Amino acid sequence: MTKILVVDDSNSIRDMVSFTLKGAGYETVEARDGQEGLNTAQGGGFDLVISDVNMPNMDGISLCQALRKLPAFKFTPILMLTTESSGDMKERGKAAGATGWLVKPFNPEKLLATIKRVVR
Amino acid sequence: MSVDLSQFIPTFLEESFEGLALMESRLLSLEVDDNESIHSIFRAAHSIKGGAGTFGFENVTEFTHLVETLLDEMRDGRRVIASADVELLLDSVDCIRLLIESARDQSDYDEAKVAQTSEALTKTLSQGASASDVESSPAPGGEVEQKAAQWQISFIPSHHLVKTGNDPLLLFNALADLGPLEISAQASELPSLLDMDPQELYLSWRLLLTSAASEDEIREVFEWVEDECQLELVQLEPEREIKQDKGNSNSQAEEATSGAEIAAEKPAGPVTAPCSDKSPEKKPEKSQVKNKQDAGSIRVGVDKVDNLINLVGELVITQSMLSELGNDFELSKLERLTSGLEQLLQNTKELQESVMRIRMLPISFAFNRFPRLVHDLSKKTGKAIELVIHGEQTELDKTVMEQIGDPLVHLVRNAVDHGIEPADVRLAKGKPEQGMIKLDAYHLGGNIVIEINDDGGGINKQAVLDKAIDKGLVEAGSNLSESQIFDLIFEPGFSTAKELSDISGRGVGMDVVKKNIQSLGGRIQVESAQDKGSTFRVNLPLTLAILDGQLVRVGSETYVIPLIAIVESLQAKGELINRVSGDMLLYRLREDNVPVLPIYQLFSLPADTTEVENSLLVVVEADGQKVGLMVDDLLAQQQVVIKSLKDNYQQVDGISGATILGDGSVAMILDIPGMIQLAMKSAQKNQAQHYSANVLAGETV
Repeated sequence: MTKILVVDDSNSIRDMVSFTLKGAGYETVEARDGQEGLNTAQGGGFDLVISDVNMPNMDGISLCQALRKLPAFKFTPILMLTTESSGDMKERGKAAGATGWLVKPFNPEKLLATIKRVVR
Repeated sequence: MSVDLSQFIPTFLEESFEGLALMESRLLSLEVDDNESIHSIFRAAHSIKGGAGTFGFENVTEFTHLVETLLDEMRDGRRVIASADVELLLDSVDCIRLLIESARDQSDYDEAKVAQTSEALTKTLSQGASASDVESSPAPGGEVEQKAAQWQISFIPSHHLVKTGNDPLLLFNALADLGPLEISAQASELPSLLDMDPQELYLSWRLLLTSAASEDEIREVFEWVEDECQLELVQLEPEREIKQDKGNSNSQAEEATSGAEIAAEKPAGPVTAPCSDKSPEKKPEKSQVKNKQDAGSIRVGVDKVDNLINLVGELVITQSMLSELGNDFELSKLERLTSGLEQLLQNTKELQESVMRIRMLPISFAFNRFPRLVHDLSKKTGKAIELVIHGEQTELDKTVMEQIGDPLVHLVRNAVDHGIEPADVRLAKGKPEQGMIKLDAYHLGGNIVIEINDDGGGINKQAVLDKAIDKGLVEAGSNLSESQIFDLIFEPGFSTAKELSDISGRGVGMDVVKKNIQSLGGRIQVESAQDKGSTFRVNLPLTLAILDGQLVRVGSETYVIPLIAIVESLQAKGELINRVSGDMLLYRLREDNVPVLPIYQLFSLPADTTEVENSLLVVVEADGQKVGLMVDDLLAQQQVVIKSLKDNYQQVDGISGATILGDGSVAMILDIPGMIQLAMKSAQKNQAQHYSANVLAGETV
């Protein structure tokens, strides 16, 4: 079963992403900020990470950089949830090793369609 | 396929209000170079915007976007934070709150205010810092029917494409969702096995896609890798019409309408999506809106829940011990039974306390509006005021909290308006120019005490007394103690403000504050010293669900009288009873004449004693009026759990609720203010209208 780590400091967004993913048959694990996400990720075994960018304690970009340093996450897709579809944001994400980005407002159908590009 | 997200709206609302409260408190305490605060304010705005967009609250998204843009400039250090900006952001917080509330309650909001603030934001953004590029959502594609076309796609990824977690195979799968796809790989770049790095990608592909999708939609599949590949799209032949299968399309048009779709799909709940145009439906009644808020969720710390689980565990152990005893009980085990029952009592008590604690919230929920309030009032009155808050972690039942907010606001307004003197007066008195208001909360026994203290001018005793005499509240020349004089300010229609200011005037006086606090079963006292300031002390029960009651018997019925209302209980002496015209009886209690209310008459019950002489009177007080309730017997005093009569049956005059006693019988809880009104009514029915009304108003006979 595909296991997805969802990192967002907003309860409602986190709940919605998880709900949508579970509804589509994925297994999800949630974390409330980058630091918690990184701690959770240490266990490995994730097929995809979806993370918000602006979070307390550790932002999404730093999380992405930290994850890429872990052998278990070398090739794992990491998607950034962002409201900023600006080129600058994408470059920062890419530089940190992000696979891609999902633009908020969050739309469940679109999310499911999009993550098919990175998980089997 | 479509996913209904409306179930997450309540969470979003709760989160948004929390975020707004955080924004407000951080804005109020914003220091120069306070990056941490700006970041957290930005994040709160950012989350609200994101959520609002998801649920289709477009006006919230739009407005919050402006706020976020401004905060973003501050965050990046592109904009120096001026105090005017902070004021503007505070106003913006108010506006977002208005918009979210209006979305929640389907009600109108102050459009002028929002428009004005939004304009001010736009103006501020256009000045100074470079306005960030405003994203505009792509216009929905207006094509109704699209023609399938053949696309030839050449995809040459960079060698390190997989290092960002992208996988060409999955990209092709996504393409295949758009239509029939033929794939051919090019291996010309492949190095010899010795030189090959297994973590690099050497292949490239040529694809042939037949699809009704637009070029943008096809490019979108490669959106995440566009900087890491060479991508060429060539359209070969546009032809054949295809009916689009709406199910798995992810066209822009659908994305743009999804908000509306979600709104249309969900049951007509309290929240609807875009409320930019006024809904023609009738607005919900005010009370309904209130209930909706009251039925809100509550967050409980894990420790409280753990504690509850432990207690339930202990209760189960006690229960199994008792049932084992009961299986083959003999008298020799009596001692064990008694200790088992004591254990049960202990368990039940602890469990009750813990359950009560679940509904307890730190009083900071009521206090957190005050920094803003004092900030605004201070600006309005031109008085410099510092607000100091202590004990904001003191916990209090949610229901009490919801009802104590307004009285507290009034008391704080009052402290600013009537307490703290203008700066010049303070300086003349040798006090610091800045006034201070202190809020404090602490537990005292089973109650919570909230103090509102100011270091202002204090209450002018003489002015209060003159005014009271002027209004006919006290006799000229009466000798009142200091605290009696202070208590006069809680009399209806009493106000010492020279002119009604729009701050604490509002047609609401201290009498209403006192009444509201009393209706919660609480008390309010005031202490004051000339030129030193005043302290208002509000004493409240921690919960409305449990009441300390005095059980009384009338005939075969048991009633509960709230202990807090009881002044004293006594045996009526014949010589102190006065019968006035009609059936009205007055009992002389020191210098008061107290009307006697025989409960058996009020509720038409058969009673043991129908004569007042030598009967038991329970003297109770409400709204400053004492009455003597005539009962047959005083039973135990105990805590009772209040059950609503209104929810389970219907409202009954003179009864505030019911409870279930240890023997399983139901006892009514007397509503003392209601009983007094009933007594007034029955007195009027007895055609002693004038006379008894005067008597009840406290005239001696």
